[in-house]
Formats: sequence, C-alpha cells, structure tokens
Amino acid sequence: MNPAFPFLPERASTIASDVDAVFLFILVVTGVFAVGIWTALLYFAIRYRRRSPDDRPKEIHGSLALELTWTVIPLALMAVMFAWGAKVYFHMNRPPDDAMTVSVVGKRWMWKLQHPTGQREVNELHVPVGRAVKLVITSEDTIHSFFVPAFRIKKDAVPGRYNMAWFRATKVGTYHLFCAEYCGTEHARMIGRVVVMEPDQYQTWLAGGPAPESPRAWGEQLFTELNCVTCHQPDSAGRGPVLTGVFGRRVKLQSGDAVVADEAYVRESIVNPAVKVVAGYQPVMPTFQGLVTEEQLIALIAYIESLQIPAGDNAPAPAGASSHGEREAKR
Amino acid sequence: MTTQALALPKEHYLNAGYGWRSWLLTTDHKRIGLLYLVSITLMFALGSFYAALVRWNLLVPDGSHMSAEAYNKAFTAHGVIMVFFFLIPSIPATLGNFLIPLMIGARDLAFPRINLLSWYIYVIGAALTLYALLAGGLDTGWTFYTPYSTVFAQSNVALAAVGIFITGFSSILTGLNFIVTIHTMRAPGMTWFRMPLFVWAHYATSLIQILGTPVVAITILLVALERLFHFGFFDPSRGGDPILFQHLFWFYSHPAVYIMILPSMGVISEVVTCFSRKRIFGYSFIAMSSLAIAVIGFLVWAHHMYVSGMAVYSALVFSALTYLVAVPSAIKTFNWTATLFRGSVQWDTPMIYVFCFIGLFLIGGLTGLFLGNLGIDVHVTDTYFVVAHFHYIMVGGAIMGYLGGLHFWWPKITGRMYVEGWGKLSSLLVFVGFNLTFFPQFVLGYLGMPRRYHVYPEEFQVLNVLSTAGATILGFGYVFPFSYLFHSMFRGEPAGDNPWGATGLEWTTTSPPPAHNFDTTPVVTEEAYDYSRPPKGAPVV
Repeated sequence: MNPAFPFLPERASTIASDVDAVFLFILVVTGVFAVGIWTALLYFAIRYRRRSPDDRPKEIHGSLALELTWTVIPLALMAVMFAWGAKVYFHMNRPPDDAMTVSVVGKRWMWKLQHPTGQREVNELHVPVGRAVKLVITSEDTIHSFFVPAFRIKKDAVPGRYNMAWFRATKVGTYHLFCAEYCGTEHARMIGRVVVMEPDQYQTWLAGGPAPESPRAWGEQLFTELNCVTCHQPDSAGRGPVLTGVFGRRVKLQSGDAVVADEAYVRESIVNPAVKVVAGYQPVMPTFQGLVTEEQLIALIAYIESLQIPAGDNAPAPAGASSHGEREAKR
Repeated sequence: MTTQALALPKEHYLNAGYGWRSWLLTTDHKRIGLLYLVSITLMFALGSFYAALVRWNLLVPDGSHMSAEAYNKAFTAHGVIMVFFFLIPSIPATLGNFLIPLMIGARDLAFPRINLLSWYIYVIGAALTLYALLAGGLDTGWTFYTPYSTVFAQSNVALAAVGIFITGFSSILTGLNFIVTIHTMRAPGMTWFRMPLFVWAHYATSLIQILGTPVVAITILLVALERLFHFGFFDPSRGGDPILFQHLFWFYSHPAVYIMILPSMGVISEVVTCFSRKRIFGYSFIAMSSLAIAVIGFLVWAHHMYVSGMAVYSALVFSALTYLVAVPSAIKTFNWTATLFRGSVQWDTPMIYVFCFIGLFLIGGLTGLFLGNLGIDVHVTDTYFVVAHFHYIMVGGAIMGYLGGLHFWWPKITGRMYVEGWGKLSSLLVFVGFNLTFFPQFVLGYLGMPRRYHVYPEEFQVLNVLSTAGATILGFGYVFPFSYLFHSMFRGEPAGDNPWGATGLEWTTTSPPPAHNFDTTPVVTEEAYDYSRPPKGAPVV
C-alpha cells in the first residue's frame, strides 16, 4: 500500500502508471456523473415533494432531444475509455524484444520460477530494476493466476497453455505476489514476493549459491535422457523431423494445415504427439504425458528454441518447414 | 391517509381454500408466488448465514476464526445459494408470478400447472444442492471453474451440479410461461405499448431465461459427467480445454446478471411513477432498453476472461460490446431521475428503496466501466473490486428493487399494511449497512486484495473490519422487514384496494385479489401511468 495515499497501491512498474492514469480518468468522469445524478435525484425528491394529498402534477411524456443527448454523450465518453484501455492492454501484451524470460509454473499451492540463467526460486522472484522481464506462465494442475498488484499485472496460469505477461520494474523494493484464481484449500497461502533489486545487486544475487544449470542445458540433457535424440537426429536420418531451425517457423502438417512451431506447439507435440503430425512423417511418437514435468517441458522447449541454423550454413531446410517460414525466421 | 374504515374483502385467494392441499396442489399463480416467496426467503436466510460466516472469518487477517476448508465451503455455499436459489428466481418467481396476470388483466398464467411444476422442480433442485452443501460441502466457488471442479476438488461437486441442473428447468419453464402469457393473455386494449414496464422487464428477462439457461444446464452437466466418468471435456490432461468451460459458463452467467437486475428495474419503473404521480419519462426508451440489455447482454461474456490468455483482438471486441451494454442501463437511470422532475414526490418506504436502488445501481453500473476496461480489468479482476461491483448490482440493485417491490405490493398480496415507521427505519439500516459493507471492498480490490482469500496481509485489516461492521448493520436491516412484514400479515391494518393511489390493473381489483383475479375482464383504454387524475380506487382525500 502506498503510505502517502493509502487508497492506491504502490506503483512499481512502467505499466502501473499507465493503468492508474486510465483509472483516474474513469474515476473523474464517472464521479461527475454519479454526483450529478445523485444531486438531481435528491434535489427533485425534495424540491418536488408532495405538498398536498391532491397534488396532480402536469404530465410530461419525454423528450427525444434529451434521450439522444444522454445516449450520445456517455457513448462518446465510453469510446475514449475503451480506446485508452485497449491501448494499455495491447502494451501489456507486447513484451519488448530485450526482455529476459522467466518461466513461471503454478502448482497447488506454490509458484515455481526459473531465471534464464537457470536459478530457480519458489514463491520469490528477484528481478533487476529497469529491465523488462517477460513471464511465460503455465500450471501443473489447476488454473492459478499470477498477480503483482504493485505492477498492475495479472495473468492466469492455465494447465496445457503458455500465457505471457511482462513488466519493467521502476522501483527497488519488495512487493506482494498473489494467486488470484481460486485453486483450492490453500489458495490464500499461494502467495510470495517479488524483490526488485539494483542491477548490480541482482548480479550478486545471481552469482550466489551453486552454479545453476540453464534451462537450455537442462533441456539438452533431457533430450538425450528421454531418447528424443534417437528419432530426432540432426541429419534427417531419424524417424522424426529434424528439429534444427524449426522453432518460430511455420510447419506443414499431414492434415494440410500449417502451424507456427511456438512454445504451445512444441509442448503439444511432446505430450500429445498424434494431434499435429508434420507432413511426411508417421504418427509413431509415443506421448510423454505424465513422464515429463512442466519445468522439464519448459527446459526442452528452451533447448529446441536454441537449435537455430547457424548463419551462412547452407544446410537444407528441415522437412516440412516452408519457404514462408524461412522468410519469417530470417526477419 | 384514509378517512373511512377499510375491511378485507369477504372472499379472496387466501381464504379460497384451506389445508396443505389447497397450497401444495394449487394452480393459482398468486399462491404459487407465495410458495416461491417462502422458499426463496428461506434460501436468502441461509445464504445470509454463510455470508455472515465469511465476514466473521475476515475480521482477522490470519484466518484463525475458521479453517481454510470451512471458509472455502462457506463462500461457495453463499454464492451458490444466493445466485441460483435466491437472486435468479427472486423477483420473477414471486412478484412476477403474482403480478404479471394481474397487470395484463388475465385470470392466470398461460400454463398454471406448468407454473406449479416449476416450483416443484425448484424445490427438488434446491433440496439436492442443499444436501450437497450441508452434507460434506462444496468448495469450488459458485463458478465451478474447471479443471479444479472436475479433477481436483474433494467435495460434493457432482451432486450440487445435478441440483443446479434441475433447478435450471424451473427457470426455463417460468420464462416460457411468462412469454406465452404476455403474448396471448393480455386484456382487450392492453397493447404492447400500454403494458406496464414491469411486464416489459419480465418479458426481456424471460427471453434470457429460455435462451441462456439451457447452456449453463448442459455445461454444469458436463462438469458432473467429467467428474464422474472422466470425460475429457475440460481436463487438459485428457485433451480437454478448461477455458472452454469459462466461455460456456459465462455465456449464461453474465446474462444471468440481467435476469437478476431487469425485473428489479421493472419494479423501479412502477414505484417511481406512483410516488411521483407522474407518467414515466421516456416509456418506449425504458421498454426498448430492457430488450437491448437482453440482446447485447448475450454478447459480452468473455469480459470475465481478459487475463485467461485470450487473443488480444477478441478481448477488444468484448470490451467494446461491454461498453455498449452500459448505454441502455444509463438511459433507464436518466429516465427514472427525469420522472421525478416537477412530480409530486412522496417519501414512502417503497420510494425510499427506489432512491437506494438508483443511487447504488449507479455505483454498480459505473464501476462496471472500470471492469469493462481492458487495461484496468487486468489489475482488478479476481480482486475485491469485482466483489464490490457485483454486490452493488445484485444487493444494491436487485435486492433493493425486490424489497421496494415487496413493500409496494405487500398490501395487494396480503390485503394489509405494515407499519410505515418500521419500513423507513429498516430501509435506512439497509442503505447504511450496505454501503459500509461494500464500499471498502472497492478500495481493498484496487489495493490488490484477491477474492476468495481465507487469510490476507495485515495491511488490509482495517477495511475488512469496516466491511464486517457494515454487514452486521445490513443483517439487522434485513431481519426487521422479515419480522414486521410477517407480523402485518395477521395484525396489519386492512389496506384497501389501492392504498398508494397507483395506476395499473392490479390495483383495480380487491386486496387481496379474488382467486379469479377480476370479476369482469378489464378493458384497457389508456396508456400506462396516467396519473393526471386520481386512479380508480385511490384513497379519498
């Protein structure tokens, strides 16, 4: 809570100021309307109170001009509210390119987070001030919601999906982290804190503790351990498609459709491989549902994302990846 | 107010038969209305009891008053009972049932036996759900979000879901009955645009009931099926989609808010005209805005899901439609206020409830503009801001209208008057208690307190204590009407046919009305709300 003004929460991200600005704008507009109508109501109710039991006021049927006025003016004001809110929402959903990615997995009743450098945290998130942080959020069981009031951000952690939120902290401090979507008995204890630090302190914090394994390195290790490598060989000799350079590209499917190989597609292909089989391949891959945890999935995705074609390499495009996809990847 | 001694008519619907059969097998819409009144009053008392438990727990931040399980079951029971078994049937099943045939000059509803059937269905559904809530409990919240409800919850989900599924048919049948009645049973001369706005409001409500309820019925049944037989509708580990549930659920449950508020708006139009002795300002705008709310209200459901990960462009569309649905409500509010202009305003209990309704519904509606806003909603959704907002609509709006309507038509229903002083006192308590309960919750919500929290950070305690204090006052405000209205049924002064001097066919028959409503079929020759001269049966002054 903001100690100087206890009716607004602390404002500790760039988005927080944007949200508060729209909030205050709507507060003023609706406040004017509310006070206006209350005043009119009370004034009429007192000014025109019944003075004699046989009062018979003159009939008034209505007024088209008035009806139009009090339809058009609110509509115009609401159009402004809508557009302004939409602008903020778009901003919230477009993370800057330089954002560092932190993965967030909700589990009853804790938050598990991992930094791009591999550090793991539970119910705590340490971030440097001024740096954009992109959160890739999912859940291991039921729906949760990652909510940091001081940043004015909230995003549901939905099992089987990767949702995205981002923030750029503006103020060093410690802030509440809440689960905002009811998730069972200890929902109210699925809380934690976000610690915003000076960049150099953050570096010190990162350096503390045992040297962690980055998600990419862990994913590479899993790729071997789980025998993915047996079929997904780097030289298109395996029974599965080559994964080098696939991530972020458009992939042609057996069904004739095409999908962009993003986090969601890679995840689906691991836990439910028969649904979207790449054109030219047989649906021979077994499901890994229940064999890999959400964190392991995130690590595998990080590894597959890292398998880019080195610049200047003339290796043939992986089967299924279309030229359109290549153009996209080159941009 | 009156100069001659009044007496109850010799024969009326209340003394037309005695014994339990005459009530439990009745097809008289008025008696069925009373059966509903008794049932929903019991449900309201039970729902309030659970609300009291919730507020009691939140008096302290550390959750030491109740266990987490008990708290979660209490807020779930509060929500399920209040939404499905009190608010949705409240005005339509009681006042609507009682008044629609009287208002349009009909002898009964179009299908009197279906009307009785719908009450039995309601009772069976309520009994099943209550059994689920009391024996073991339910901890999913009234929203039954998947996959929590279908996979993880350890409580009586399937039984409660079946109870709600069954109750849905009661709502569908009532809506169907009203629509057919309004179409086919209007008295000669009662054209569509001479109908009281209460009837218009119920017509719009009934449309939502018959179009929306089947969707939630099948959705809740899918929840029960997935839970019992592990179908993969919503469970992602079985190939289902938990977000699909939210779409289906809100497709009904957002319009359901309008099922709760539209009838209340109908009450307001009747009462505000009577107690300002004025024709309603902008009749056709109020009538058409009810229909507009019913139609647009079906197209805004996904505004409950802005943070679920939906595509930004679809969020954009739902936000725009949400702002659009605010317009008809605004039109109504302006017209009610304008009706008072140069009127002859009498501050009787029903009218005080109208003032409360307009003042509080205004806050409820205007805070909807914050929630419909894409940028702000991300911060305030699933916090106490939402809790405060919908209580301003449902309690500040729907229940204020219900109480106003109950006081307004009480003399018609029972033939007797309650004590006016008690009515005014308790309306004041309700108003003060309500605001003290729910206004602090707006602040709590913007500060970031999430809803459905059994424990909370200490900095939120002051506002929670205020809220609980308000809820205590509100509780007294609700106990009083229950007591003095009950008392007046036996001891109240006979009211006369038209104690308020109101227009409308229901006031042209006796109080209480005869079992057949009208001795001769009324013929309507004028528009609604003609207060330019004293209406028939008005007290002689």
